[in-house]
Amino acid sequence: MIESPLARWLLRGATALTLTFIYLPLALICLYAFNSGRSLAWPIPGLSLRWFGRAFENTGVRDALWMTTKAAALATLLALVLGTLASLAVARYRFFGRETISFLVILPIALPGIVTGMALNATYNTTGIDLGLFTIVVGHATFCIVVVYNNVVARLRRTQQSLEEASADLGADTWQTFRLVTFPQLRSALLAGALLAFALSFDEVIVTTFTAGSDQTLPIWILANLSRPNQLPIVNVVAVFVILLSTIPVYVASRLAGESAGNRATGVAGGAR
Amino acid sequence: MTSVPEVTEAPSREGAGRRLSSFLHRHPRLRLSLLLSGPVGWLVIAYLGSLAVLLVAAFWRLDPFTSEIVHEYGIDNFRTLWERDVYRTIAFRTIGIAAAVTITDALLAFPIAYYMAKVASRRTRRILVVAILMPLWASYLVKVYAWRIILQENGVLNWALDPIGLTGPGFGNVATWLVFSYLWLPFMILPIYAGLERIPDSLLEASSDLGGRAGRTFLRVVLPLAFPAVVAGSIFTFSLTLGDYITPQIVSSTQFIGNVVYINVGVANNLPLAAAFATVPIAVMVLYLLGARRAGAFDEL
Repeated sequence: MIESPLARWLLRGATALTLTFIYLPLALICLYAFNSGRSLAWPIPGLSLRWFGRAFENTGVRDALWMTTKAAALATLLALVLGTLASLAVARYRFFGRETISFLVILPIALPGIVTGMALNATYNTTGIDLGLFTIVVGHATFCIVVVYNNVVARLRRTQQSLEEASADLGADTWQTFRLVTFPQLRSALLAGALLAFALSFDEVIVTTFTAGSDQTLPIWILANLSRPNQLPIVNVVAVFVILLSTIPVYVASRLAGESAGNRATGVAGGAR
Repeated sequence: MTSVPEVTEAPSREGAGRRLSSFLHRHPRLRLSLLLSGPVGWLVIAYLGSLAVLLVAAFWRLDPFTSEIVHEYGIDNFRTLWERDVYRTIAFRTIGIAAAVTITDALLAFPIAYYMAKVASRRTRRILVVAILMPLWASYLVKVYAWRIILQENGVLNWALDPIGLTGPGFGNVATWLVFSYLWLPFMILPIYAGLERIPDSLLEASSDLGGRAGRTFLRVVLPLAFPAVVAGSIFTFSLTLGDYITPQIVSSTQFIGNVVYINVGVANNLPLAAAFATVPIAVMVLYLLGARRAGAFDEL
């Protein structure tokens, strides 16, 4: 091809530098979690596990973790149902306004997070709905639909509709066809979508600050404790925990969904929030 | 047509369920409506409805004496935003840094995306895609916090720069630009990689066969073909920066549009002004998306 050996080496070097730039801050925060001292000054005095114990004993952390898990699980469940229904409609039917459905599903992550959060907050305020778990779940489900939708639609486009028609011809009813033919083909795409939705909800912060009220999810707990110097060693431990819990599902999902889904920009777009 | 004969023919094993199923089978439009009613109902009521409330609220006003929201329509909020220097400065700062971040990310992302798409082996490529994907999903807040630790007075950056007599940028606009560029870099790498991968190698070979040197091939073939992908990536870097308020809060003391919105919702309780300011990023993004569509970026999303 056209690249000279020199160009190849330069590109390789640039790639290595970029990866270092991306991973160094994450590695640093992991190192800080094992800090034996209390201060955040560099270099750290030594390594220890003592803040891990403190973090697990901390009731604020435990409550926030439980809250995040509940919210993420409920939002994922809602997103699974709504995202699957929407993707079946878009992939299996031709109708007026089909493009609009795709646009509508993507809109909550295409618009800035602050707009989504602010809009939901204005609605809750105006209609007098109290902020809490319910309002967090509504917000998260809204922007999680798209990750389930993207995964399932991609899979449905690759599987053949003729299988479903054959099933119906052989006498299976709609439900049997879904259970025995469509669902098994979708299983891994659904799991991938669910894992991504969970990861997305698990560390969302901007929309949550507008919809959580006095309830604290784990990211909100971190945000609230950043300004308390004596809590920072515990924040470091929680940070590592959050990194692991949001990247492991993504790793598994990228294996499940296959390479093609990982390449699609919109499939991963929600990740930042 | 009545449904009677078919019902009697159908096996009565599951009775009503079976009848419902064959009824649905004969009415695909009804099936479609049932599929769509849930998700569309949700998105229209919970999301579009909320956006509508937001847009309407932007035209309400706050009674200056009672601090109650008055449901009368007017453009006072927009006039306030336009006339007060502080809000104009904040809007221009937000848009300016969003543009700077977008350019920085495009420059940083191109080499690694090109390496992934055109130089690396299949195996390396797959590993690199996952390596870019994982940190993209790692907690946003934790990444910003990590940069706060790096950039602080006695942090690792100043420690590393001290021997060569330099100091880091500290907290401020430069830090905001740096951290945003860091946060959204994967969003730029992935679309550019996907766009470059779609350029057939034969085109590049044809260009060099016809006497185009590497530099010329890059400028005249690769860059024009990859441009829509760069614009696709820039939608994310631009939109995400416009709507953010956590990063400026953590690594700077200057305000972004988001900070003003958040303060007016949470602390000052001036929902109408916040809603009016929130329409600025919406308007900017709509214009940006229209431009991006002209550049053909939507096919790259």
